[in-house]
Order: sequence, then C-alpha cells, then structure tokens
Amino acid sequence: MKRTRVAGGLVTTLALALATPVFAQAPIKIGDINSYSGIGAPFTGPYRAAVEMAADEVNAKGGLLGRKVEIVFRDDKGQPAEAVKHAQELVAGEQVVLIAGTFLSNVGLAVSDWAKQNKTLFVVAEALTEALTWSKGHDHVFRVRPNTYEQGRMLAEKGAKLKYVKWAAIGPNYEYGKRAWETFRDRLKELKPEVEVVGEHWPTLGKLEAGPFVTAILNQNPDALYVSLFGSDWLAFVREADKRGLFKKMFVVGILLGEPEYIDPLKLEAPEGMLVTGYPWYDISTSAHKEFVAKFTKRTDKTPVLGSLVGYITYQSIFEAIRKAGGTDTDRLVAAFRGLRVETPVGPISFRAADGQSTLGAWVGFTKVDPKRGVGIMVNYEYVPGERVLPSDEEVKKLRAGH
Amino acid sequence: MSASLIVIQLLSGLAHAMVLFLISAGLSLIFGVTRIVNFAHGSLYMLAAYLTYTLTAALPLGPASFYVAVLLAATTVGVVGLAVEVGLLRRVYRAPELYQLLLTFALVLVVADVVRLFWGSENKTGPAAPGLAGSVSILGQLFPTYDLALIAVGPVVSGGLWWLFFRTRWGILIRAATQDREMVAALGVDQARLFTSVFVLGSFLAGLGGALQVPRQAVTNVMDTAIITEAFVVVVVGGMGSVPGALLAAIVIGVVDAFGVLVLPRASLVMMFVVMAVVLIVRPWGLLGRPEAQARSAGGAIAVERALPAPRLWLAAVLAALVLLPPLLPTFYIWVLVEILAFALFAASLHLLMGTGGMVSFGHAAAFGLGAYGAALLVRAKTPMLLAFAAAPLVAALGAALIGYFCVRLSSIYFAMLTLAFAQIAYAVVHQWYDVTGGDNGLLGVWPVPWLAPPLRYYYFSLLTCGGGIALLTLIGRSPFGLTLRAVRDHARRAEAVGVSVRAHQWLAFVVAGLFGGLAGGTFVFLKGSVFPNSLAVSMSVEPLVMVLLGGVQTVAGGPLGAAVYTILDTAATRYTEYWQLVLGAILIALVLAFPRGLLGILAERRRG
Repeated sequence: MKRTRVAGGLVTTLALALATPVFAQAPIKIGDINSYSGIGAPFTGPYRAAVEMAADEVNAKGGLLGRKVEIVFRDDKGQPAEAVKHAQELVAGEQVVLIAGTFLSNVGLAVSDWAKQNKTLFVVAEALTEALTWSKGHDHVFRVRPNTYEQGRMLAEKGAKLKYVKWAAIGPNYEYGKRAWETFRDRLKELKPEVEVVGEHWPTLGKLEAGPFVTAILNQNPDALYVSLFGSDWLAFVREADKRGLFKKMFVVGILLGEPEYIDPLKLEAPEGMLVTGYPWYDISTSAHKEFVAKFTKRTDKTPVLGSLVGYITYQSIFEAIRKAGGTDTDRLVAAFRGLRVETPVGPISFRAADGQSTLGAWVGFTKVDPKRGVGIMVNYEYVPGERVLPSDEEVKKLRAGH
Repeated sequence: MSASLIVIQLLSGLAHAMVLFLISAGLSLIFGVTRIVNFAHGSLYMLAAYLTYTLTAALPLGPASFYVAVLLAATTVGVVGLAVEVGLLRRVYRAPELYQLLLTFALVLVVADVVRLFWGSENKTGPAAPGLAGSVSILGQLFPTYDLALIAVGPVVSGGLWWLFFRTRWGILIRAATQDREMVAALGVDQARLFTSVFVLGSFLAGLGGALQVPRQAVTNVMDTAIITEAFVVVVVGGMGSVPGALLAAIVIGVVDAFGVLVLPRASLVMMFVVMAVVLIVRPWGLLGRPEAQARSAGGAIAVERALPAPRLWLAAVLAALVLLPPLLPTFYIWVLVEILAFALFAASLHLLMGTGGMVSFGHAAAFGLGAYGAALLVRAKTPMLLAFAAAPLVAALGAALIGYFCVRLSSIYFAMLTLAFAQIAYAVVHQWYDVTGGDNGLLGVWPVPWLAPPLRYYYFSLLTCGGGIALLTLIGRSPFGLTLRAVRDHARRAEAVGVSVRAHQWLAFVVAGLFGGLAGGTFVFLKGSVFPNSLAVSMSVEPLVMVLLGGVQTVAGGPLGAAVYTILDTAATRYTEYWQLVLGAILIALVLAFPRGLLGILAERRRG
C-alpha cells in the first residue's frame, strides 16, 4: 500500500514538474470490478461498453493531466470474496489510482469495506443498497446511481396520489428486495395512513417458480402490487401473471422495471400501465443526451440501457475529480469528490459532501407498449432529481453514527 | 384457504413437478447405472432451452416451429450427451468412482461460456407455445393452458419410460445394472454400450425439460446452476436410480413448494432441503430407493490408499520456498498465497473425510462458513481478533458434531446429499437472520489486529495456522485413529466384527474435518475482511471437492496440491481472459484426461508398479 502511494505520488510530482509531451508518461490506471459472469452478467456488458467509450473520448482529447487513461477490468463473478481479491491485485499489482464499478450490493459492500481498511478510493457505479453510503458509509466511498431508498420514495410519492389502499408486495429474498419494499411502504403509510398491507412474498432470488406466487397474490385480493423482482425472476413472473389475469385485477408498481435492462427482454409482453422507475432514453431530448445515445448506438450497434448511462457518468465523474484534484493522490481525489459537480448527458449532478451519494435522479412514469419498436416504454414520466428525496445532512449523520 | 385456491395451487405445483421430473429422471438414470454424479446435467438443460429459443425463430414452419424445435433441441442435446460420454467420460471410467465428477464439473464451466459466446449474457424471453398460450378458467380462477399440457406430459413420459424398462430387453439390462452392475458385467453384457445409451437417454430427458421450460421461464446464463441442485434433491429424495421415485419426489417437492408459498413465504429458500433432510433421516435410501448392495471388492469407497511415503526432499523444498520466497514476491502474490493456504487446509480437511474416511461430503462449506461467521460475529462483539480466530474452528466443530450426528447414519451419495442439505439449511439461516448475521449484506470490518495486518505478516500467520493444520491432519491420518478409519472405509462390516465402533469413528472424523475446515474459514475471513452467505453456498462445497480430486485422493498432499493448482489456474484465467470458465474448464478436462487419478495419482501408480 505505502509503496503504491509513494510511487503514485512520485509520478504525479514528475507530471507536474515537467511539461512533457502527451502520453510520454505512464498512464493513469483505474480499476473496474464488475459481475461479467454469474447473476449480474446480463446487465454489465452495456456498462462496460459505455465505460470504454468514456475512456476513449478522454484519451482522444489528450487524456488527463497529460497522461493517458487506462481502465483495467476484472470479473467478480458475483462473489464478494472474488471482488476483494481483485481489489488487492488492482491496487498492489496494477497500481490503479482508484477502484470503480460493482453491480451487486454485497459485492459493493465487500469492496467498500476493503477500500475503507486500505484507504483506497472506491466509486460505486450501480450497486443499490443504501448501506453503502449510510449505515456502512465512510470517507473513501462515493456512489453514482440513486439508491434503493431514493427510488422507493420516488415511487411512494406518486403512489400515494393514487386511489389504492390494499397493497401486497413481491420481491427477491434479498436485502435489496426487502428494503425496496420497506422504504416504499413506510413513505406510503406516512403520506396515506389508511394504507393496508395484505401480503408480502419473498421468493428465492434467481429461482422463481412464479405460478404459486401469482395465485397466492390473487387470493389476497390487493388493489395494488409492489414488485421488486428483477432479471429472470421478473420475466418469469410477467408470463405467469399475465396468463392468470393478475395485471387486469390490480395496479402494479415496479421499482427499476422501466429500465431497458428489465423491460426490453419482454418485448411485446411488457405489462402496460405500471408505475415504474426507469430510463426513457428514447425520449430524453436534451442535445447532450441525444449525442450520448448517438455515440453509444454507433459504437455498439445497440441502444443504451441504464447501466450504460451510469457507467458513462461514473467515469465522467472520475475524470472530473482527477482534473479537479490535479493529481491522482487518494486524499486529494477524495477531497475533489466531495461536492464535485459534473455535467452529465442528463444535466448537472453533484456528489454530496455528507455521504458521497450523487444527486443523479431517476425517471418515474408509466409503462406502455410501443408497437413500432416492439418493446415496452415509459410515458407520462417525470425526472425526479436525487435532491428531492435524499435525507438531509443531519439525518445522514444519524444514519452513519449507527454503526 | 378456499377450495379453488387449493386446486390451483396443487395444479401449479404439479406443472413445476413435471419439469423437475423430466430433468431428475435423466439424472437418476445416469447415476443409477453409471454412478456418475453428473453436475453437467443442468448445463444440458440450459443448452436445450437456448436451442429451442433459436430454432423456434429460425424454423419456417409457422406454429409448428416451436414443437419441432423442442424435439430437435432435446435430440441435439442427446447427441451432445453421446459425444460427452464417448469422447470424455469413457476415458476415465477406470479411475476411482467419483472422478467423473471432476470432468462433469469442468463441462459445466465450458458449456456456460459456450452459451455466453453464442447467445450473449442478456436474459431472453422465449416464444410462447402456439395453441397453448392462453388460459382456462378453473373454479373461477385462470390457469395457463400450457401448464395443464405439462401436467399431461409427465405421465406420458413416465409411461414411455415404464414401457422401456419393463417391456424391452434394454430396459431389463438397465434395471439389472442399476441393482448390481458388476453382476451384469460378469454375465457378459457390453457395459460400454449400456452406459452410452443411458447417458444419451438421460441427456435427452434433460434437454426435453429445458426445452419445455422456455414458454414459462426466462432463458438465462444461470439456468444451469439454478436447476442442478434442485434436480439432485429430487433424485435423492426419490431414491437414486429409481424413475418412479423421481416422479414421486418431484411431485412432493413441487407441491410442498406451491403450498409453502402460502404458509411460510420466507422459507422457499430452504423448504426442499428440509424435506430432503427429513426424508433421508427417516428413509436413508430415499422414498423408493433400495439399500445399496454391499460392495464386493475392498475399497468400496473411492480409492485404495497406499501408504505413499512422503517424498521428503520435495516436502522440504516446498516448505523452504514457502518460508523464504514470499518476502521477495510482489504484494498481490502474497495475498494469493494466503488464499491458497486457506484452501489447501480446507481441501486437506475434506480429504480426511473422503480420502481416509471414504465419506464424500457435498456440504463441507458448512464448516468453512461456520468458522468464518463464528470469527466474524465474535469480532463484531468486540472480542480480540486472536481469540475470535481461535474460536472459528471450535464453532465449526460444534456445527459438524450436530450435522455429523445425523449424516454418518447414511452412506455414499445419500451421506453426501444429507451434508448438502445441512449446509443449505445453514446457508438459509445465515441468509435470513438479518439481526445477527446481516443477511446477504454480510458482516464487514473483520480485519486482523494492526500488528498482523501487513500482508507479509498475515501470510506467515496463515502459514503457521494452515501449514500446522495440514501437518496435524497428516498425523491424524497416520495415527491409530486414522488407520481404523481406513479399515471402516474399506470394509465397514469387518471393522465392526473386530469391535470397531463404525459410527463413532465416522462421527469423530466428521468433527475433526469440521474443525480444520473452520480453521480454514477463519483464515479466509480475516484475509477478505468480510463474510457473506456465499461462503456457505453449494459452490464452496464443490470447490474443495474438485481440489481434492484434482490433486489426487490417494494422499493427504493431494488436497493442498489441488488447491494450489486450482487457485492459480482460476486466478490467472480470470485475470487474462473474459472467458475464464472456458479456459479453466478446458484445462481441467485436459488434466483429468492426462491424470485420471489426480495429479499425485500418477505417483501412487508408479510406486505400485
């Protein structure tokens, strides 16, 4: 560790001292750990493509601080222990200046704890658990994507305006699934005390045999259902729910389910009229975002998913922090990240000094099938910035003191 | 519960059961006749699902495309099974039993990446079944027509299998071989052809199961691992080798699952393992299985252990290198070395069970995970690190004493599956008990005391604990206790006849193996700084098994050697290629074919000759 820092510092000093031609020095290396195989694999390919795009762009403009940027990718296989091994190797072997990435919450937490112990900067891209920035938060961790708590609250604000009183929930038997429901439920009850919960269902992640769950929900007869399933579980659930008439009998709220990651594989089977958080990339008309979509589509021949946007923004933020810090020393990078403002394809965001959570928001709206493209899309949506649902600095302090 | 709810739930359970039955029947047949524990069965199932997805879109047959695609996919997978059996498995039949497991494990890795190469990682929703896409109203509730059709497929397939087994000569031979394959061989039946045909039929059934899942489930990269454990549970609950047993067990599990959803919504994680544990404790050979015939030859277990004299020079050289070299190595290699040491001890502890004791465990992760969680929980309770570390093996030994008490009553594959059931129950407890274990978010901040934290110091600490553990295990293997354990392994009845308490010895071995497995888990948790339920997952039980088999089950050094080779291969493959599973799997296959008795097996061979 120490050796790394000394070496890093030396290189930085040299970089500042000598006005050398572009790329004459060692590149700035950034380690990226993500689940390229295992349960996270279906969602990480587009993330990686966007990260590579961001790196190519910055290098085409002369790199950072006159140095080339190089990203070293590692596959955590969906295993926290594997991710820690990569963190060790990336910092000690590859001499990366910081670590970024992660999709699964437990992997994110494992790397975060390692980063805390080893005083390495860790920029979380997608992992959603609120614990990362709050109850298990620390000085060396920052996160880009709006967390479970934020998205649950966004949905609750909208859900409370609807007429439904009797609610049921289904989600994976995982921290994510349960917290996604609890934050929604608590906020909903706060706004609408007459809300009544008639059933909660927690199938095993990745192994949903949907039929029995659908029947069980139908027999509890709720007005509305909150879904925090995702991936293959969600796809299996839609099929059974559709055949058993669930969507006709109750209103459905789905966290994340408007993201192309989860709605695109359903093609024309995507349920209509659900309240969801998601990413309507096809409809965001700012010029910066249109340019992002055009570049990504040209590069990959595929349309972007939320992971692509988050990957791109994560690295825009990292590059911005390195520029602001004027070096790659961890302490300076951490200082640079606090309160860092970044211009992203979807507008400016900042990283809060109190908890390292970015203010990137999410789009909340309703689903509809677009027969032209043959997939589900979001309509009547609104972009809810993170600031609107994030707890105050005071509350964060309390959350962080809890451990 | 209303009548309609009960009926619909029953039907849902039955539809699930029929798919389970198709997969498990194939697996059960293959095991019954060839004794191959086919981990790749789930991979064949996944392959067929992807093939069905692609073929349905490609065939120009209109609504018939799907049904033709199902048959084509299942047949193709049957052909793949043929290639696997003739091309790979046949080459290692002479190796000790269970060695084929290593090959099928490698195949799981290879198929996973082949699927990723051809179809990508994204989840897919396949076509609906034309004509069966809608639903019918039953007692006022809608029920999918396709699920009704599936419920009909089950009896058709079981009828076909019944005809095959009871009305054809081939079937008679299969039944005979399931009961006593040595006798069948002695009567002059061509075993090779028998094995091949069974493997092809089993693969076809797995393929059929996978193809028929397409209209109900998403087609994904992880279908293989999602189904394989479940399939083994069904096979074991039904009784290994029994097709009617598989049908009965599939129905029990499917229906229990469906009603469990109503009664205990959080228990779906563990429901079927509880069912399996209960069935195995009450009926040690499954619902419709038969007690295994007493093996005729000595070494009914997996290997005849020769007293392989330790090559002292080699041992001294390895030890010297382990002590002297690390200060010269880059930091990252030191971390990898610690990981190797932990796994070496973990594998060596499993070797005491499966090599010396002849008891193959599929649930050794329980020891590792209990040790890791024991230490982590104590650290969280502000216990000094060294004390917490010392508690790791004790916690694991306690757990092993409890689990072993039930497991040693069973033998062979039933023993293995009961250990798996307990490991899964432990996994579920750790996963669900949020207040204590942190659930799937794990326990963080489990770092060594500052004076042990520098990599090199922690390395020497691990060398002391793990190296010492391995040395102790070696001594135990050679002690009177170890020798008696071998006697029990080689011929339990004779051992009993000379006054050895078979169960007491096996139980003690289980506890000792648990103790050292826990020590490995303790070493590992302070290396990673955190622990998650993954440390008790099935893959953590399979890995040490693979390591021991890779290194060679004949000698205690096999485990550590296998651990080193496997960890290095895995680390390198992951670092240098995106398709690490393909590379790792291919290397493992090459190694198994070159060293069919494990890397050190060749030594034993040479000495014997």
